[in-house]
Amino acid sequence: MPTFTMAEALNRALRDEMESDDRVVVFGEDVGVLGGVFRVTDGLQSKFGPERCFDTPLAESAIIGAAIGFALYDYRPVPEMQFDAFAYPAFEQIVSHMAKYHNRTRGAIRLPITVRVPYGGGIGSVELHCESPETYWVHTAGLKVVTPGTTEDAYRLLRQAIRSDDPVVFLEPKRRYWMREELEIPVSDHLPMDRALVRREGSDVTLLAYGPMVKTALEAAQVGLDMGWDIEVVDLRSLNPLDEDTILGSIQKTGRCVVVHEASMTLGMGAEISARITELAFYHLEAPVLRATGFDTPYPPAKLEDYWLPDVDRILDFVERASAY
Amino acid sequence: MAFEDRVSINRSGSKLPVLVHDSTGQEPVTVAAKRRGTLKPLDDPSAIVKDRSERMEKKKPKLPAVLDKVWKVPHPMDLLPSEEPIQLLTPDGELQENKDYPLDLSDEDFRSLYRYLILTRRIDKEGINLQRQGQLGIYTSCLGQEGAQVGSAYALGREDWIFPSYREHGVARVREVDPVRLFHHSRGTWISDHDPREWRFAPQTVPIATHLVHAAGLAMAAKFDGDPIVVIAYFGDGANSEGDAHEGMNFASIFGAPLIFFCQNNGWALSVPVERQISAPTIAHRGISYGMPGVRIDGNDVLASYAVTKKLVERARNGGGPALIEALTYRMEAHSTADDPTRYVPQEEHDQWASQDPISRFETFMKDRELLNSELVDGVEKEALEMSTRVRNELYDAPHGDPLEVFDHVYVDPPRHFERQREQLRGEIERLRATDGEED
Repeated sequence: MPTFTMAEALNRALRDEMESDDRVVVFGEDVGVLGGVFRVTDGLQSKFGPERCFDTPLAESAIIGAAIGFALYDYRPVPEMQFDAFAYPAFEQIVSHMAKYHNRTRGAIRLPITVRVPYGGGIGSVELHCESPETYWVHTAGLKVVTPGTTEDAYRLLRQAIRSDDPVVFLEPKRRYWMREELEIPVSDHLPMDRALVRREGSDVTLLAYGPMVKTALEAAQVGLDMGWDIEVVDLRSLNPLDEDTILGSIQKTGRCVVVHEASMTLGMGAEISARITELAFYHLEAPVLRATGFDTPYPPAKLEDYWLPDVDRILDFVERASAY
Repeated sequence: MAFEDRVSINRSGSKLPVLVHDSTGQEPVTVAAKRRGTLKPLDDPSAIVKDRSERMEKKKPKLPAVLDKVWKVPHPMDLLPSEEPIQLLTPDGELQENKDYPLDLSDEDFRSLYRYLILTRRIDKEGINLQRQGQLGIYTSCLGQEGAQVGSAYALGREDWIFPSYREHGVARVREVDPVRLFHHSRGTWISDHDPREWRFAPQTVPIATHLVHAAGLAMAAKFDGDPIVVIAYFGDGANSEGDAHEGMNFASIFGAPLIFFCQNNGWALSVPVERQISAPTIAHRGISYGMPGVRIDGNDVLASYAVTKKLVERARNGGGPALIEALTYRMEAHSTADDPTRYVPQEEHDQWASQDPISRFETFMKDRELLNSELVDGVEKEALEMSTRVRNELYDAPHGDPLEVFDHVYVDPPRHFERQREQLRGEIERLRATDGEED
């Protein structure tokens, strides 16, 4: 079976979607001639021409604003924010316009925009290149937020996101860009964008992870086996909406749950998931829902990030605490 | 160093003399010379210009084809506004034609402009009245700005896109979007109640300048499609301070987008005067920094607004790229019905502008041309009355709509947990109605 890195799979998804729909356009900073700083848009300009994949001035607000204009004109834009924190200048365009236009116009205008954002840490980079800002987007009504944890999902989810008639914030776990896995194209399209997936079945504790932490959670489950825990790993895939059925199905089985994410703890995904589980499956719980996350501090300097990021040890510490109830 | 010299060096950014066109029609002079008051022509100004163009030509980078098509170094002289704002109708209503901005309007067009001006003023009055009577939550009047709005909008084709702010009632009249639909915005029935694609009239925008980047994107998309439409975006003097104004103008010029930036400089951004927003000589001067022409017009002159917009619209339609128009006008009413301008607007300034009314100026012109007969006046008055009566009837005590609709348009494909929240609200409404029933 052929293998792809996640970056290559994303590139292939963009290429295949641009091929099948000539209204798909890709633009952003350095996405054209260079092919993107992570090469996710590599070769698109030479294949599809400079009107379908082009470099923009350094102006994130205008990149998203222009995407809205393109969508008003019936295009299906896929703008790129070069790094997670670089999307902040576009915050108003994303939150006040992209997310609200369909509602504002009483359903008259759809904005099928997919904003690609490399996110998360673990690559030894400088300040504001390692943020996990998913809560901002998940908290905003009108947006869908998805993030792949595997190479196959990167390909499948990106194609589905581009085809979605709702605006999607597509979070790419940048530390997994170089992760190489098997990928057979075409992939089955039976798995909808808003479904979570049980990546590893287990009976003792559920790990709920997404994006960059899926791989870490699977590693923790493997190590946990030696310590006597049969750990189930659920890959959320979609952060908004949340697949409650899959989450609750797993909780009903294990009664114990640890949510894992790089983002800071307070009001992170773990907070919402914990609240939902408590509301919807209280009597199935054997232990409080715990959170193995980044700390409530700014993302640390590169030399300290290994201490800050959740890893196998931190995850298993929380598994142990959950098991102790 | 004298203040004037400092300013000229700062603005030119180098010791090269900056050329400005002298309104007297003489040769170009340096900014510094002009500021010193010695209007002495350079020996050979064309030599400097030529030298500069050649240098810029050499610097031309190798670019992808799409950019190569639009990359051209405009002549600085073509981008600066003229010394005096463009005016075709004097405040006395006298027509003074301008060869740069020819007027291609027939008597029928003049009657149409008159009709739109009167309808605008009438619906604007109705907006204020409806707010005072509690029918609208808030209203932002365009009183005094009708000339700028009607003239510029009249220069557009029906296929051209309009991106308004929240004060473009005159523009909406020319596009003939139903005022009832637009007033539902400030009534609070729904945020935007017309189909923007059908009317090519984007939703009224509350945040300042954020629609300028949408307009840039749509204009780029149309250009890429080879669609000969033009986009116009309306904004105010205060909007120039926003980042999106800069980003929108920069995007439009980089991609040669067919987009007209129409700035109504009405003197006030809520309570802050224009000189606290921008320190360029004029707003139109910003055009040159984006490589686009900046033109300053008398915004209370409907014919200047039409002629200048028309010329720049056709320029954009023919691939000439974006342009910036600064229309000098005045906000004769409060910023909104929630505002109290007596706290900051000097009465004498307000009175001065009152004598510059765009409609009475145009009426004088129409009278002099013997176009303003009682048939026209009475006909338009009757139509204005019927329109405002209809708007009033359709809005007065209009139902608030279904609260459950708040869930209907958030997503094309709504998340499943919406159903729980919808059920919750449905239950709350039912209990409320049951309680109301008991009280009756």
